[in-house]
Amino acid sequence: MRYLPLTDTDRQDMLSVIGASSIDDLFVDVPAEARLSDRIAGLPTHASELAVERHMAALARQNLSAGDAPFFLGAGAYRHHVPASVDHLIQRGEFLTAYTPYQPEIAQGTLQVLFEFQTQVARLLGCDVANASMYDGSTACWEAIGMARRITRRGKAILSSGLHPHYVSVANTMARFTGDALVHASPALDAATDIDALIAGIDKDTSCVVVQYPDILGRIADLTPLADAAHAAGALLVAVVTEPVALGAIRAPGHMGADIVVGEGQSIGVGLQFGGPYLGLFACKQKYVRQMPGRLCGETVDAAGKRGFVLTLSTREQHIRREKATSNICTNSGLCALAFSIHMTLLGERGLRELAMLNHGLAVEAADRLAQVPGVKLLNDSFFNEFTLILSKDARETVRNLADKGVLGGVSLGRLFPDAPEIANGLVVAVTETVTAEDIEAFAEALEEELA
Amino acid sequence: MTMLKEGRPTAPIAVDDATAPATVTGNRALMLEEALIFEIGSCHTTGVDFAQAPKVASRLGDLARTDSIGLPGLSEQETVRHYTRLSRQNYAIDLGLFPLGSCTMKHNPRLNEKVARMPGFADLHPLAPQSTVQGALAVIHELAQWLIKLTGMHSVAMSPKAGAHGELCGLLAIRAALEARGDARSVILVPESAHGTNPATAAFCGYKVEDIPATPDGRVDLEALKARLGPDVAAVMITNPNTCGLFERDMKTISDAVHAAGAFVYCDGANFNAIVGRVRPGDLGVDAMHINLHKTFSTPHGGGGPGSGPVVLSEALSPFAPLPFVERQGDRFVLVEEETVEDHHSRTFGRMVAFHGQMGMFTRALTYILSHGADGLRQVAGDAVLNANYILRSLDDVLDAPFGGSGPCMHEALFSDKGLAEGFTTLDIAKGLIDEGFHPMTMYFPLVVHGAMLVEPTETESKAALDQFILALRSLAERAKAGDEALKGAPYFAPRRRLDETLAARKPVLTWTGPALTQAAE
Repeated sequence: MRYLPLTDTDRQDMLSVIGASSIDDLFVDVPAEARLSDRIAGLPTHASELAVERHMAALARQNLSAGDAPFFLGAGAYRHHVPASVDHLIQRGEFLTAYTPYQPEIAQGTLQVLFEFQTQVARLLGCDVANASMYDGSTACWEAIGMARRITRRGKAILSSGLHPHYVSVANTMARFTGDALVHASPALDAATDIDALIAGIDKDTSCVVVQYPDILGRIADLTPLADAAHAAGALLVAVVTEPVALGAIRAPGHMGADIVVGEGQSIGVGLQFGGPYLGLFACKQKYVRQMPGRLCGETVDAAGKRGFVLTLSTREQHIRREKATSNICTNSGLCALAFSIHMTLLGERGLRELAMLNHGLAVEAADRLAQVPGVKLLNDSFFNEFTLILSKDARETVRNLADKGVLGGVSLGRLFPDAPEIANGLVVAVTETVTAEDIEAFAEALEEELA
Repeated sequence: MTMLKEGRPTAPIAVDDATAPATVTGNRALMLEEALIFEIGSCHTTGVDFAQAPKVASRLGDLARTDSIGLPGLSEQETVRHYTRLSRQNYAIDLGLFPLGSCTMKHNPRLNEKVARMPGFADLHPLAPQSTVQGALAVIHELAQWLIKLTGMHSVAMSPKAGAHGELCGLLAIRAALEARGDARSVILVPESAHGTNPATAAFCGYKVEDIPATPDGRVDLEALKARLGPDVAAVMITNPNTCGLFERDMKTISDAVHAAGAFVYCDGANFNAIVGRVRPGDLGVDAMHINLHKTFSTPHGGGGPGSGPVVLSEALSPFAPLPFVERQGDRFVLVEEETVEDHHSRTFGRMVAFHGQMGMFTRALTYILSHGADGLRQVAGDAVLNANYILRSLDDVLDAPFGGSGPCMHEALFSDKGLAEGFTTLDIAKGLIDEGFHPMTMYFPLVVHGAMLVEPTETESKAALDQFILALRSLAERAKAGDEALKGAPYFAPRRRLDETLAARKPVLTWTGPALTQAAE
């Protein structure tokens, strides 16, 4: 078998050295009744590379990939073009098959990348410091809520109605077990965000306000008044960015007073992948760094005086602190962080701004074209590359019918908020640089047919 | 000395390394130093070409970003060179044996990478209409069936993003089950030898953690455990094989006692590679066990992640499994994202993560599993255990193996620092291994053995690779026992010498704070 290099001769030689007569002898500590005498029945036996590839390719062919249809889905995961170099570089064996850099002398490749990544993320999000990544945006978000609880010693978090419903759901699940009280409502179909309502709700028991920027309906608003109101009450502002490309065009939450900024880095370098693996971004003000969860990479020197990098402040983490750790996390999203960093380096600031303006320009064109379709109204006054349309009928059914016609036309609010029938005619549409004028026209025509 | 016509000598001059000169660049031939992107890039440079953005009136409100962000760009060629040079400063499985106990650093097959990148998997949005992604849902379901059958359990939660996340899933299911029967309990018992994520996870879920002692033969003290069980104990977290590399013989007895006391058994599945295809945790009374796809099932470690930690569940815990999950309904696969009171899964503890799990790891793991099949997977465990015992018996005359006398080990061999010369430590041996061309073994874990060295070769190492490793470790052990001072300076030949971790923690420098990049042209 191609991944098992031992020959039967090897096995015999090794058993002689060990002093056992068979491999089964080595399992002597397993009680007889728990020992399986043969391979598990009802499961296939080994297969050639050709056969496995054929099997998996057949399953892949059953899916309509985003590249094969006009594609307008967003809502927390975005289709961006990743330059070919990124995928080649992350497949170098020294990156792909390396371990967590606990032995820094032979992991300076990984460590320097993490240091560069941390700096890129901190600057992008407008913060002092960022960690070496979390699993994804939703877990980064609930970790931020936990961090706000530790810092303020308060247990009530206010979640904006514009926060991604999956992120809300995750926070609710965790709050059941941590005892945090969460305040949340589903969004209304208003052009304005809920910032005024959030400000009104802050009190002396509030640990943090959590707001998404741009929000789930694509709306954007200045976070400064919200940050000021939170700080006046001794609470923190947590900002969530699910589309980091936006920060090439709009102001960073860290520069508007956010204390903790988390996000989903998938847009840059990582690809859709049907939901994972993704890349949690986590950044905050310098004064809170020792309360951060996750890995941190820091600069130091070696015994010969040369600059080098190591994982640091590990006393926050599980392998040192065990039950007193700031989190239970072990892995970060290393290879995804590498992909993000490579893509960001290829873009540079100039490229990021160009990419962002291309996204925004195409989104504006798409929004204007779609708003011309009878039965379609554009909700947003302002947006980056994602906006909400209000249709004349149920959006979830519309999306299904469009899919049957080969158009992947956005994410319905019915799918995102199944308990809010009053907004079921809402459709969230994302437009990235991968969308063409033909795609927009095809979407508009299919939508017109569907709503007629 | 005669010269060839081209000017090359026909025989090289004998050299003495002591006279090797310093270089002006700091490079040493193929060992290349590499600066930070902030030192070599600029705001003006980009390695990506874009079409012109449409000329439209801005809809950004008054929120346009005008500050200089400070993100350097490089051309494509400079980018490729930067990361290629950095990659060469890393050790990796592709370079050699990686003997990290409990990490299962096995070969990462490249077919996995090819399959994961098929557009029909890679280019799918998680919220696409389900009729358009039936093949993807089929993959999740097929992998789930394999995991259920390999473990003999009732169901599996596929969404946890990593092992520690899976532990959280298991404990949350246990807590939900206890609350559902109105029996909230406050304590979780964890062996002293457990991985740090175990008590960290238990504490996060609101439990008080108490240690279970070990017996002299390195296993959970069954009598001490039985004595401690009571109406306040919610669960016991066991790793089997345990972190000393030993099979917990009393596992079924432990499970029976725990269940009789009204509690649940969480099994840390990090060491599943030792028993896959040979023992089913379900037969041992386990209620929940996370599986690290990046360990047993070969998905790549990627320099620290991403992982994937599906959790197999017993019948008692299955009703509480998190959302979402994939179900077969007739001839369709359905992703169940929301449950109402009327549905048969109404007691789910909720959603743990956005979307539905590490699909990229599912395609890789399923590819690996199909490649091995049931017979190959059984051989995986057999060879993994064989390799570890070969290392144990080849070195137990020169290194202290605290449990070597009580029978074979499982997939990892545990040594201690007993017998090393005064002032010589496990760390010195580890750093010496680096010079010998190996990544060090796991050091100082488990905590129950002094100066622990935990060696897990995995089944993908050939006998020749093992012999070379044994040769190196034997030599280092002898040097450490003899008090060879040169060991204190190891590693000598790595891209960096020992690094000052104390300084890094005392004065943390976590971002680049050097000179600002030149401004981007407006």
